[in-house]
Amino acid sequence: MMDYESILSQRVQSLQPSGIRRFFDILDTMQDAISLGIGEPDFVTPWHIREAGVYSLEQGHTKYTSNAGLIRLRTAISEYLYRRFDLRYDPQKEVFVTVGGSEAIDLCIRSLLNPGDEAVIPVPSFVCYGPLVTMAQGVPVYVETKAENDFKLTPEELRSAITPRTKLLILPYPNNPTGGIMERGDLEALAEVLRGTNIMVLSDEIYAELTYGQRHVSPANLPELYERTMVVNGFSKAYAMTGWRLGYVCGPAAVIKQMLKIHQYGIMSAPTTSQYAAIEALRNGDGDIETMRASYDKRRKLMLAGFRRLGLSCFEPRGAFYMFPYIGGRGLSSEEFCTRFLKEERVAIIPGSAFGEGGEGYARVCYASSVENIETALKRLGDFLGRLS
Amino acid sequence: MNEILKLLEEDSRYTPAQIADMTGKDEQYVRDTVKRCEEEHIINGYTALIDWDRTSEEAVTAFIEVKITPQRDDGYDRIARRIYQYDEVESLYLMSGSFDFSVIVSGKSLREVSRFVAEKLAPIDGVTSTATHFIMKRYKDKHRAFTVEPEQEERTLFV
Repeated sequence: MMDYESILSQRVQSLQPSGIRRFFDILDTMQDAISLGIGEPDFVTPWHIREAGVYSLEQGHTKYTSNAGLIRLRTAISEYLYRRFDLRYDPQKEVFVTVGGSEAIDLCIRSLLNPGDEAVIPVPSFVCYGPLVTMAQGVPVYVETKAENDFKLTPEELRSAITPRTKLLILPYPNNPTGGIMERGDLEALAEVLRGTNIMVLSDEIYAELTYGQRHVSPANLPELYERTMVVNGFSKAYAMTGWRLGYVCGPAAVIKQMLKIHQYGIMSAPTTSQYAAIEALRNGDGDIETMRASYDKRRKLMLAGFRRLGLSCFEPRGAFYMFPYIGGRGLSSEEFCTRFLKEERVAIIPGSAFGEGGEGYARVCYASSVENIETALKRLGDFLGRLS
Repeated sequence: MNEILKLLEEDSRYTPAQIADMTGKDEQYVRDTVKRCEEEHIINGYTALIDWDRTSEEAVTAFIEVKITPQRDDGYDRIARRIYQYDEVESLYLMSGSFDFSVIVSGKSLREVSRFVAEKLAPIDGVTSTATHFIMKRYKDKHRAFTVEPEQEERTLFV
């Protein structure tokens, strides 16, 4: 008998599997359940983008690309970032194409951290940062953001988390799950705290195109943060391309060069078909972004109005496609609340506690679902809350 | 106003309350706007998109290219009026290019539509020729595909 526990890496064994799986296991057994759980666009990739992928296959583009990705794609990314976000990166040295934003996040962390280095991670946030820091032998340092601050990271919170070992600050905005964003003034305040340190910023901007009422501002838009910022973005959320697995990272050439080595050994190159499709997305997809953004916005307002009518306290999300209502104060943990809601009303939402400290008492509700589903879910939520009180 | 119209065009079953929520407007404002648009014929009706091929109902639709001689004084409009008043006519458009009117006609059978063209449409004064194309299959109408794409396999993952 092999004793796998003693064979396997201690570090990988120490990682907690996402606690949500059993949740989806219950969901799978239900016939007419509504899932507002998965964080994914409900659109199919626009046809002209899919068609570009198909055409690339017809043309026989089935081989590896250069490690960093097609130069035509990197150039298109560079032009896109300048056009949409006023960011300037050299497609030759400061941009490379990854397997989703996730790979970019992983490589960034692995390239920057030495064992014992600390990475500051605002929570609630997407679940990948901490485990990836741990795998890189770093130490995740979680900072709870607060509803009363619109789930922004404040300079005081940042300052209190910084130690001599701090190497990296992760800025996951627009934020999954809270829908919080950071505005220019908020970033300037953080820049003040970071001045004179060697702390790098990993800005996960996968939801950058999905903001409501104001354009996204990247930390890299601030001259004082530009040289310490790695911008991670991708095609999944802006163009509804989650299954294509394509993202990219931009930043100082010295960091990109090191990240590229890991990518070269671990991945070779991002999927070729996806890269061709992505060129089409960047060149002719601005209209698609607007159409989808307007559609999310409509549903965002619909759900927010529904929550308000039910008396649920909910921060008005200004980015991504999630609501993060407060569901506490009813004698149930957020996990108990969501499990009972799923079992009794057949609607899946995600307990806020899954997104780290500070998420307890909240639930993430994804509004990238049909108006009909949202209305039905709101009705069932009303029934459920009625029974709880 | 246009925001409200776009939502109604997307799904005319949206209630004023839903539209109010989705646009951030007052419900009464939505009701008033819709009423005004109806009165001003900006909104000309509400209908459902039905794929009759999935029912037992026999129905055919034809797209007819019509060439005419425009009339003195009122150009195309008088002839157009003579055409569109027939119940059989579903849509009528004045076209640029090699013919003048595009007429969409529906009926129970090929014979019924053919008779309409031969007995009603072609003899109208000023109509010089017709070319009838029967629609064999409707794939998409009003931005809605009529074919049902297979659903992607259900996935359990956490993002």
